Amino acid sequence: MNPVLLPLLGGVLVGLASALLLLFHGRIAGISGITGGLLSPAPADFGWRAAFLGGLALGGVLLSVFRPESLGPPVLTNVGATLVAGLLVGFGTRLGGGCTSGHGVCGLARGSKRSLVATLTFMATAALTVFLSRHVLGGAS
Amino acid sequence: MKSLLVAGVAGLLFALGLGLGGMTDPAKVVGFLDVAGRWDPSLAFVMAGALGTYALLRPFILRRTKPVLAERFPPPPQASVDGRLIGGAALFGIGWGMSGYCPGPALVSLPVGGTPVLLFVGAMLVGMALFRGIMRQPG
Repeated sequence: MNPVLLPLLGGVLVGLASALLLLFHGRIAGISGITGGLLSPAPADFGWRAAFLGGLALGGVLLSVFRPESLGPPVLTNVGATLVAGLLVGFGTRLGGGCTSGHGVCGLARGSKRSLVATLTFMATAALTVFLSRHVLGGAS
Repeated sequence: MKSLLVAGVAGLLFALGLGLGGMTDPAKVVGFLDVAGRWDPSLAFVMAGALGTYALLRPFILRRTKPVLAERFPPPPQASVDGRLIGGAALFGIGWGMSGYCPGPALVSLPVGGTPVLLFVGAMLVGMALFRGIMRQPG
């Protein structure tokens, strides 16, 4: 499929979904924030957060049926490395106040300087991590 | 009920967008981050499409006095950049580069991705809970 149009269409859907959440709920569509908010002892607005995450999971199921190739296999197969990566993503997104969606899409569109700095930072460390693991350590193929 | 329906539809659209765009394929994400190798720039178009659409619609939405189902819109972004922001983003990037999963695609893949995704999401939730635990400590 077209290497430009399909990603662009996917992005438009993500942007529309984020706009829906702003229009109806007045919320920033940040996945790490929506998820993290559910982990407090008495989660604020449990309903919409859980419904959004349920929608995400339903999307995964639909993709696996109608477009299974979109759900590629994991690149990490080592259990320890998988756990470390998950911990870093969970802790880091909460400490930094957002992830690819909250900072990288909504924050940048809001003209937030914090989001710009965060996005440049996580892009840089992610690219550096891939560089080290692929071209220096030669771990991942 | 309407509130849950809208949030669910938003989540579903979000997931389909990530999937069609290629964000739920970790190898593709790592290929996008691999600027020194055979760089695959296609995921930049996912970001451009999402950013462009949201930036275009946002001003129209904010013309309303309040959201359809809530009392207020989010406050304007803060200007302060601090160590927590940079440190957190840096740690997140390392985990993202290692796995090819950021939170959205990991949660989309959760019901169908088998043990590796379960482990990743489990650890991600532990990381989030850990943050909450540490930050609640006084001092």
